[in-house]
Amino acid sequence: MECVFGLVGHDFAVVAADTSAVHSILVHKSNEDKIMILDSHKLIAASGESGDRVQFTEYIQKNVALYQFRNGIPLTTAAAANFTRGELATALRKNPYFVNILLAGYDKETGPSLYYIDYIATLHKVDKGAFGYGSYFSLAMMDRHYHSGMTVEEAIDLVDKCIMEIRSRLVVAPPNFVIKIVDKDGAREYAWRESVKDAAVASA
Amino acid sequence: MSIFEYNGSALVAMVGKNCFAIASDRRLGVQLQTIATDFQRISKIHDRLFLGLSGLATDAQTLYQRLVFRHKLYQLREERDMKPETFANLVSAILYEKRFGPYFCQPVIAGLGDEDKPFICTMDSIGAKELAKDFVVAGTASESLYGACESMFKEDMEPEELFETVSQALLSSVDRDCLSGWGGHVYVVTPTEVKERILKGRMD
Repeated sequence: MECVFGLVGHDFAVVAADTSAVHSILVHKSNEDKIMILDSHKLIAASGESGDRVQFTEYIQKNVALYQFRNGIPLTTAAAANFTRGELATALRKNPYFVNILLAGYDKETGPSLYYIDYIATLHKVDKGAFGYGSYFSLAMMDRHYHSGMTVEEAIDLVDKCIMEIRSRLVVAPPNFVIKIVDKDGAREYAWRESVKDAAVASA
Repeated sequence: MSIFEYNGSALVAMVGKNCFAIASDRRLGVQLQTIATDFQRISKIHDRLFLGLSGLATDAQTLYQRLVFRHKLYQLREERDMKPETFANLVSAILYEKRFGPYFCQPVIAGLGDEDKPFICTMDSIGAKELAKDFVVAGTASESLYGACESMFKEDMEPEELFETVSQALLSSVDRDCLSGWGGHVYVVTPTEVKERILKGRMD
């Protein structure tokens, strides 16, 4: 029921994730941010077991920061992806993390890239990727409309098409999505697509 | 579904006259869903030795990294490349180390040994070597591949004819297997050059 998907454009990469935190039949919250800003030019969109998701992505984030402190230069997206895969692979036969990851990044030398990392540590560099039940709809939509070198407007339009498809065709469709983008200017939140707003919490 | 059939794969290696060919399909799937159509299953260990890994993609990636590490160490110590027979023994030993918690992979090893004699072999997931004089196969399409290779194989084929034979055997076999396909990757290796070609087959 968790939907995560992303694609690579001309000089940027965009990822979108649903924002519902669900336990069995209960929706705990519908504004849970599942796309972590890994460092200035990387995004990790993660889906899966909630505890593992937060723990594992924070672990990767801190280790990526540590590398930068120790070595004075940031990791490339490929290096960060391979490090993430290595951690998942090492843990796989001991205490596996049930987290699926789409790692999007921008490097000055190589441009934008997107890495698909399965929970069993399958790593593959892709132009478009998706996880979860929503992937049946978003991947099909992207297969039809994606072309290499898309502009931001075209890509966001495609992301919106995928969200529309998920909302209309997935039985337990998540109502809200967050979209984040990474390009030469860095990784940042682009937009939210909300169809259900959380009620404001009354102040104590 | 068996863990060996989780990602889907097809691999074949064939011997010719002072040359060999190794070929694979290009699909990376997660059970019924196709994730990518450009997955590399065959890797170069050195100019005259190629390794193909079928089975679970995460274990194939881990195993490949371990083997490259061991081969680089060997190169530093021995100041030469590994012979294919030696490499096959190394792969077998590494797989048997994990006898009671194995890597879910079936490797196909193809190389040119002493006096440019082609060497091919395959093994099961716990390292039982199977040497052959003509061809070896692995992956979800292996049964079809056995039939296709057995009928199409001839002794002492020249590189061009070998390429045609391997390509036809691969494409016709993966067409009968839903978990492999989406094109082919063929390497034809002679003592003087390595020719890499990509096949376009049925994209489904």
